[in-house]
Amino acid sequence: MELIMPPKKKRSVKKIIRNILIAIAIIALYTWTFVSIDIRWDRVFSEQTLRNVGRVIPQLFSPDWSAFPKVMGLMWQTLQMAYTGTLLAAILAIPFGLFAASNMVKNKVLNNFSKGVLNGIRAFPELVLALMFVAAVGPRPFAGVLAIAIGSIGMLGKLYSEVIESIDMNVVEALQANGANRIQVLFYGVLPQIIPEFLSYAIYRFEIDVRASTILGIIGAGGIGTLITISISNRKWDEVGMILLVIIVVVTLIDTISAQIRKRIV
Amino acid sequence: MSNPEIKGVISSKAKLRMTLILIAIVGVYIYTSWATRSTPGDLIRGWSGFQRITTDLFPPNLAYAPQVWDKLAETIHMAIIATTLAAIISIPIFLLSAANLFPSPWIHQPVRFIMNVLRTIPDILLAIIFVGIFGVGVFPGIIALFIFSLGLLAKLMYETIEAIDMNPLDAIRASGGNTLQVIWYAVLPQVLPQFVSFSLYVFEVNVRASTVLGFVGAGGIGLLLQQQISFFNYPRVMTIIIIIFVAVIIIDYISNKIRERIV
Repeated sequence: MELIMPPKKKRSVKKIIRNILIAIAIIALYTWTFVSIDIRWDRVFSEQTLRNVGRVIPQLFSPDWSAFPKVMGLMWQTLQMAYTGTLLAAILAIPFGLFAASNMVKNKVLNNFSKGVLNGIRAFPELVLALMFVAAVGPRPFAGVLAIAIGSIGMLGKLYSEVIESIDMNVVEALQANGANRIQVLFYGVLPQIIPEFLSYAIYRFEIDVRASTILGIIGAGGIGTLITISISNRKWDEVGMILLVIIVVVTLIDTISAQIRKRIV
Repeated sequence: MSNPEIKGVISSKAKLRMTLILIAIVGVYIYTSWATRSTPGDLIRGWSGFQRITTDLFPPNLAYAPQVWDKLAETIHMAIIATTLAAIISIPIFLLSAANLFPSPWIHQPVRFIMNVLRTIPDILLAIIFVGIFGVGVFPGIIALFIFSLGLLAKLMYETIEAIDMNPLDAIRASGGNTLQVIWYAVLPQVLPQFVSFSLYVFEVNVRASTVLGFVGAGGIGLLLQQQISFFNYPRVMTIIIIIFVAVIIIDYISNKIRERIV
């Protein structure tokens, strides 16, 4: 008996053409990239680089412990900035989330407008927002807090609206049928269903904000980033090593604690 | 008579605990907002600053836009190269950190630990260090994005691998396949769509991150932004911000559409 392979699937001409077009697009994208990127290889592989590696790397791995109190003080400020910003955002994002949720506000224009605002905010890196706020209120932690707060509203508002859209509407309808007004529906029908998830997302965002706020000081918006710029311009790489160590330990610690809390909430 | 113990859905003990937690949250907020000088009062006092900056930023100087394209293209190039490198190099890393492929904790735990540490370092801090080593230019920026993406991609992928269907793996092992054959014929086909999707997601993250790397001399559009800010040339600043905004939105849109069709 002869063994026959199962027939091969016929590919339509349309699909083949589409795949060829995709391949051409990808090749074009990479050609464009590699032709126009301007990497100065002579500077990357120079004696200067070798000397820098020999100087910078060993210092990074031997952190300067005498800077520890100063670094921890600024790390503490970083955490305060992240906390203030996240909590502001967690509260301010609630109305955005409600307006963007299609089962709460039936007005399509208002829905899309709120979603648009939230998407728009998320397109900006925190550092660009911070740059604007530093120009507006001056180089201090307040600018960083505002950048964190506004930046977090984009993500929290979106996540909130998704949570609200997934709630059990039967409870809401039961309340409405009993003659509850909008405020009562919100307090007894909606809020109890969404609070755990809202909290969990806010804590998750706090993790992200701690990480984000460590660098805001680079442009003068307060926190440990301030010290990074000073240490770099003085070429104190052992101080940078200390800062790195503190950031890694504190961020890991916050992530672990917050993951534990979130596990218990939801 | 109803049972006196039932006074509602929540017990008084739980209520007391929730109240205490709420007081703690608000208390810490009052302290931190005072310590960082970020109270609502400061917002009102800073209001004139916002008005000034808004009037300075508008209208944007759109005639400056053509000069921005080069740096915008550079930003996108950096993201493309860093993402591609990270996607390729992450393959052995996420395979090694998947506990269902390499059950020995001596293999997957150290790899995961290194990746976790890498993920906690902000990419801009990496960029500063690499600028210190390699000098100003796009190269340190690409390396910084690459290292950050590596950690992110490795984590997303090993979690995907640990959730795959193990039956095909067992079948191939039972018929005598070695580890490489198991990975090639049973693991990769299952995770390939997610791998492409996550890589695109990392590309989106990298585009956004690369827009600010120029602040520390690591290439891209951020350099222009910082220059114009230091010259107080706000109409040009607004033009750059608008261009970043539009570019990020377009790239996110395209990448989202592709990801929707893949997975």
